[in-house]
Amino acid sequence: MESIPNDGAAMLERMMLIRAYEEKLASLQAAGQAAGTCTSVGQEAAAVGVIGVLNGDDRVLTNHRSAGHLLARGADPGRLLAEVLGRSTGYCKGKSGSLHISAKELGVLLTSTIVGGELSLATGVALTKTLRGEAGIVACFFGDGAACEGIFHESLNLASVWQLPILYVCENNQWQAFVHRRETMTGDHVSTWAGGYGIPSRTVDGNDVDQVHAAALEAANAVRSSGRPYLLETWTYRLRGHFEPDDQSYVEPQELAEWRRRDPIAAQQARLLESGRLDAAAIERMRARVDEAIASALAFAQASPFPAASELTTDVYA
Amino acid sequence: MAQITVNEAIAEALAEEMQRDPNVIMFGEGVATKRPELLSAFGAARVRNTPLSEAIIAGTAAGAAATGLRPVVDLLFAPFLTLAMDAIVNSAGKLRYVSGGQFSFPMVVMAMTGGGWTVGAQHNHNLEAWFVHSPGLKVVMPSCAADFKGLLKAAIRDDNPVLFFIDMPLGHLPGEVPDGEYLVELGKAAIRRAGADITLISYAKTVDTCLQAAEQLAGDDIDAEVIDLRSLKPLDEQAILQSARKTGRVLIVHEAAGPCGVGAEVAALVAAQAFDALKAPVIRITGPDAPAPSSYPLEQAFIPQADTVVAAARRLLRRGTGESVPAVAERMR
Repeated sequence: MESIPNDGAAMLERMMLIRAYEEKLASLQAAGQAAGTCTSVGQEAAAVGVIGVLNGDDRVLTNHRSAGHLLARGADPGRLLAEVLGRSTGYCKGKSGSLHISAKELGVLLTSTIVGGELSLATGVALTKTLRGEAGIVACFFGDGAACEGIFHESLNLASVWQLPILYVCENNQWQAFVHRRETMTGDHVSTWAGGYGIPSRTVDGNDVDQVHAAALEAANAVRSSGRPYLLETWTYRLRGHFEPDDQSYVEPQELAEWRRRDPIAAQQARLLESGRLDAAAIERMRARVDEAIASALAFAQASPFPAASELTTDVYA
Repeated sequence: MAQITVNEAIAEALAEEMQRDPNVIMFGEGVATKRPELLSAFGAARVRNTPLSEAIIAGTAAGAAATGLRPVVDLLFAPFLTLAMDAIVNSAGKLRYVSGGQFSFPMVVMAMTGGGWTVGAQHNHNLEAWFVHSPGLKVVMPSCAADFKGLLKAAIRDDNPVLFFIDMPLGHLPGEVPDGEYLVELGKAAIRRAGADITLISYAKTVDTCLQAAEQLAGDDIDAEVIDLRSLKPLDEQAILQSARKTGRVLIVHEAAGPCGVGAEVAALVAAQAFDALKAPVIRITGPDAPAPSSYPLEQAFIPQADTVVAAARRLLRRGTGESVPAVAERMR
């Protein structure tokens, strides 16, 4: 699967693929066929809009909600599902599961599920680029939860002092595991913290893929031309629970309903229909393609072998 | 063969490896300030000071290592490693495995520890066993100038993360270091003194303690063998077992606390694989299960001393004295 061309319809289809993939995962989990997992349902525009402005020589670091970033970057849903189901054909030979999938061939590196782990590693990835004079920037995805970790502050400070080409992308999805951001931060936005480190920043409506794309382009260009960090905050919402299964009994129903009305996929469909760039039949064809892609991905994953027992202690040491 | 100090040996290793491989970089708290010779030879891009931020120092090293550099980072004092554990243990140690072998982490983390400078518990904590217990990491803790140089050079060339512990009082210790390129393979112990009656196994500063003890024991016609582990992971199991089978008596000495320490691992190895050759229980002499004190006499009491080693060795070799060996062991710990 290729990275996404810069047009509204292609971005919509990729968002639909991410949604279908994660809903399939959730249903597999509910049916007892997959381990628990973290989804990014509701945050697809943030992933697709930002990844869409990156080049092949850019590097991406992500976290436990990585499926959107990986699929946006062009990951094969079959190899992703195989990984989640613990099969040897997965991107990490079945040794990661859903929580820390990396795909070096896609430039998606060093995924860490320790909240904030990716922030600790991004500076080193960027340092390599700088010292070796390599083209490209580093995009580091994290949430408002990770921004409350000390490592966020250490990372931004060092990136600023050492002038590292990092596009920090804070997906502010309002939830930090089972705690609402309101309980853990005195302000709404992580972007305001960047200024203290001399890092330019911006908050964008994370549920509008066009706006995310435009803001990400500006941000990425700023990093490319200055060689210095930038923080882009996408204001979005985690529509499913922290982890599958999660009944979300702790979520205010009114807030959830409000954000459901702002679903980024429905919003993009409406925009494209209204502007006449797509018709309903075209969207149906997209849905059919996406469903087919997920069905064949699942068939591939389920037909794939588990790793041999001898794999237990391989890849520990280089 | 030149006579240089441990600190000079470390500096030589760093300079030689940075000269040999442009991917070797070094950063940490005061690295550029304290190593002006490296800074002037290799420039500010490759020799860097950092903020006092252990977590991001270690994380930056891991990220750089995974993408082609060979960072050496100095975290100064071992207890500060607790602030860098995520990057070292969860990232550098695990992400190779978790990613199915997509990445490797050729990096060295240096830290000082060990009693002798009366710096107290938050600058002195021998926590090397923590890293032995963490998959994906290698751990070395040399005892002499030659090994500091040879092991550091080998650690920098190794494709895995290596924890390089510097026993603090050894820094100014002079020693013979071979001229020219000198490497010591990770995972190989050294026999510092050959002997037939008892094996004293140690690493770092207490290797010398064991050598002093062996000299005293020689006066009693007790011929002690002294093994310097040097590498705690990988552990040179063959060297340990060979000596245990030869002497039948094993006394392990380290400054780190006993519970789940390196000595426990060595004892378990000997019990499992050389039990038939043992003539006495395997005994450990270790630091206590207490934070390292600052007061000099207390700190000296914390560190295993030669007299204690001698007494334990004598008792292991004496028979029919009416004092049971396990009782001795209990007291020694």
